[in-house]
Amino acid sequence: MEIKIRKNILEKNLTEAEKNRRYFREKNLFVLNMMSSPGSGKTQTLCRTLEQLMPDIQVGVIVGDICTTNDADRLAETGAKVTQINTDQFGGDCHLSAPMIDTAARKLGCDDLDLLIVENIGNLVCPAEFDIGENARVVVLSVTEGEDKPLKYPLMFQVSDAAILNKVDLLPYLDFDAPLAVENMKKVHPGMPVFELSAKTGQGFDPWLTWLRQQL
Amino acid sequence: MHEMGIAQELVRIALEALPRDLKDPRVASLNLRIGKLSSVVPHSLTFCFEIITKDTPLEHARLNIEMVPVVIRCDTCGRQWEAETPVFRCKDCEHGQVRLISGREIDIDSLTLLD
Repeated sequence: MEIKIRKNILEKNLTEAEKNRRYFREKNLFVLNMMSSPGSGKTQTLCRTLEQLMPDIQVGVIVGDICTTNDADRLAETGAKVTQINTDQFGGDCHLSAPMIDTAARKLGCDDLDLLIVENIGNLVCPAEFDIGENARVVVLSVTEGEDKPLKYPLMFQVSDAAILNKVDLLPYLDFDAPLAVENMKKVHPGMPVFELSAKTGQGFDPWLTWLRQQL
Repeated sequence: MHEMGIAQELVRIALEALPRDLKDPRVASLNLRIGKLSSVVPHSLTFCFEIITKDTPLEHARLNIEMVPVVIRCDTCGRQWEAETPVFRCKDCEHGQVRLISGREIDIDSLTLLD
């Protein structure tokens, strides 16, 4: 006897993500999910972004890491409201999920925020599968990684709405082919905006900020 | 990807789907549809499933996994194709608006009871 089920196995997370989405809509809040591999410069990109956007735009940040509050501590120095999720209490999860974001957002307090940025756990695989109730996703790749990363991690680049190619200040010292990396991103996700910048020096940062402001 | 978490959710959904009036139901198989673009590795999922279903109605149930191809549609020119490589750009109109028709599934379609 066959029993029809026809369900998404991750339905629990999807239901929670939709609840988050409704909550964020009520708060008139735009939520950005920032993803990348470890070490590509998400935190530094965020620090510079926060410094440029605030105080005109009120930004809150939820940071996810398996352990330590290092990233939250760095980001808090910008004056933004920051809260850290450490997934080692959940068994060391390698991605953030919708229920975790709900808890963190309520702890942070969203009433006076215009923009909520979630700095996801450094991982190019799993975060792409987990809807957290965000409005947009951005993936950060750096020039110290391979040009073929978009082809190796197509799901991540397919589900993202924009990409950042970070650390361009290092290009003179590397054999990295930036046009090839961008071409590979566009092969996987035609039409996706790509921002080539340096979070360290500020080079190329304006188009990224313009795009972000346009989303709000 | 961490197939253990997915296996746990799969077991929860399958157990919930069992008819409550059946005494000692035994499941022969679970029929799954997994998209080729999803980060689920079938043999890892099967491995985790076997571990956590010991002493449950799902013990010894087979996971029948249908791998769903990645199908892309270009909304600009109407071309639709199965993508064998992660190049999703439309060959006919380079800047066409492309859309994923299938390939991201992590679904349970049905289960089959042991007669």
